Amino acid sequence: MGGSHGGALLHAPGPLHGIEAHRKLIATVVFVAAVVCTPREQWWAFVGDAVVVAAVARLAGVSFGALLRRLTIELPFVAFAFMLPIIGTAPRVHVAGVALSRPGLLAAWAIVAKGTLGVAATVVLASTTPVPKLIAALERLRVPRTLTAIMAFMLRYGDVVTSELQRMRIARASRGDDPRWLWQGRGAAASVGALFVRSYERGERVHLAMISRGYSTSMPRLGDDGTARHWALCLAPSIGAVALAVLAWSVR
Amino acid sequence: MTTPAVQVSNLSFTYPDGHVALTNVDLVIGAGERIAVLGPNGAGKTTLMLHLNGIHAAPDGSVSIGGRAVSKPNLGEIRRRVGIVFQDPDDQLFMPTVRADVAFGPANLGLTGDELGDRVDAALDAVGMRWAADRPPHHLSFGERRRVALATVLSMEPDVLVLDEPSSNLDPASRRELAEILSSLAITILLVTHDLPYALQLCPRSVVLNGGRMVADGPTAAILADEATLAANRLELPYGFDRRLLVPG
Repeated sequence: MGGSHGGALLHAPGPLHGIEAHRKLIATVVFVAAVVCTPREQWWAFVGDAVVVAAVARLAGVSFGALLRRLTIELPFVAFAFMLPIIGTAPRVHVAGVALSRPGLLAAWAIVAKGTLGVAATVVLASTTPVPKLIAALERLRVPRTLTAIMAFMLRYGDVVTSELQRMRIARASRGDDPRWLWQGRGAAASVGALFVRSYERGERVHLAMISRGYSTSMPRLGDDGTARHWALCLAPSIGAVALAVLAWSVR
Repeated sequence: MTTPAVQVSNLSFTYPDGHVALTNVDLVIGAGERIAVLGPNGAGKTTLMLHLNGIHAAPDGSVSIGGRAVSKPNLGEIRRRVGIVFQDPDDQLFMPTVRADVAFGPANLGLTGDELGDRVDAALDAVGMRWAADRPPHHLSFGERRRVALATVLSMEPDVLVLDEPSSNLDPASRRELAEILSSLAITILLVTHDLPYALQLCPRSVVLNGGRMVADGPTAAILADEATLAANRLELPYGFDRRLLVPG
């Protein structure tokens, strides 16, 4: 039952780990918004943003390899972006003998560049901030307590339910279940159904445990006990991205 | 005469589907007493437990804790006084970190700041889990989670501690460690269990529930030595158990 769950957090703490989570969260949101607002034709601005992310990742102790590995989460979107030059509208340009849509190419570039920079910034945030502190940061930023409670429950019980599903899968396989086709998936479907019922029952038991400890209607606040650094310092990378976006618009 | 820690009088309870869970149960537990509630599956042990902090209301009979009736106006205070440790620690531990979970109960009581922090530290120290304060519960072993579950209740400084099958699924070392922690607590303890040697180790007195009725009440050693009572209530000592331990002390 023990934990095999490392999460995205880097275990060797770097200088960004101790900063209050809500400051890092705001800095990330501002950075991503600035990247999204940057005109896609000004490629040099994205290079500047990439340098900013790489510098912050380096400062945080996130290795280039780890960053690349975690960027693989955006692969489905990249695959979609590669479709755009093929299915896009005229005018078309010939690249290596293939006629590709010019607007499609531009749209694909924008998706890949902006998406990659946004995910990279998020990876740096996730690598330097434990998830419970991120939830606490959302609470501090006045996200409704009901939503943060739902997130906290998902965080807590995601692993419990996944490991239960894994145990059920092993138990099925131990009795010779080896589904290869959709119509052989009856056992797996029944397991999911059983897991749903069990999770519902667990929810009732958790609620009993909560009201036994005095829960009435609202969850207590979670602490976000990071170091209070100067806002300007925390926002410096984001301010850099905003400056690049403004510059890109002004020279357009 | 001192006020009993727990007084259950003529308690009966029927679930909405018609299942009769408890019938005319009487139980008096003195302050500081450690008592085991024994009985087969479906005997009504958990139902009785859930009456002690008002999760189930008692339509017939009465329950009082330290002289205070378990009733709707008193529920807040009753739930502070009666701490229940549920069988599955994953049901009990629902917050993202151990510290947040141990703080959940006292925060609901209105504690904040240093006072809340001191409560959390003291409860974690009592179960030897202070080192895990900032870890997520799912990163702990089952035995560690059981101890943290105990801390989540101890942080409310209860008068009565109710434990549902505390030794289940524990390895022998975790079982012993938990017994040592429970023995060190100077509060009233109600141990709901099938684990008869554990009951003998921790509780001088036991009661036996079967079919929702209280069928025996006496010294644990005497009850476990009574083979007819054990057989009639589907209770069995484990293979190899040394019966010389059952000499009444």
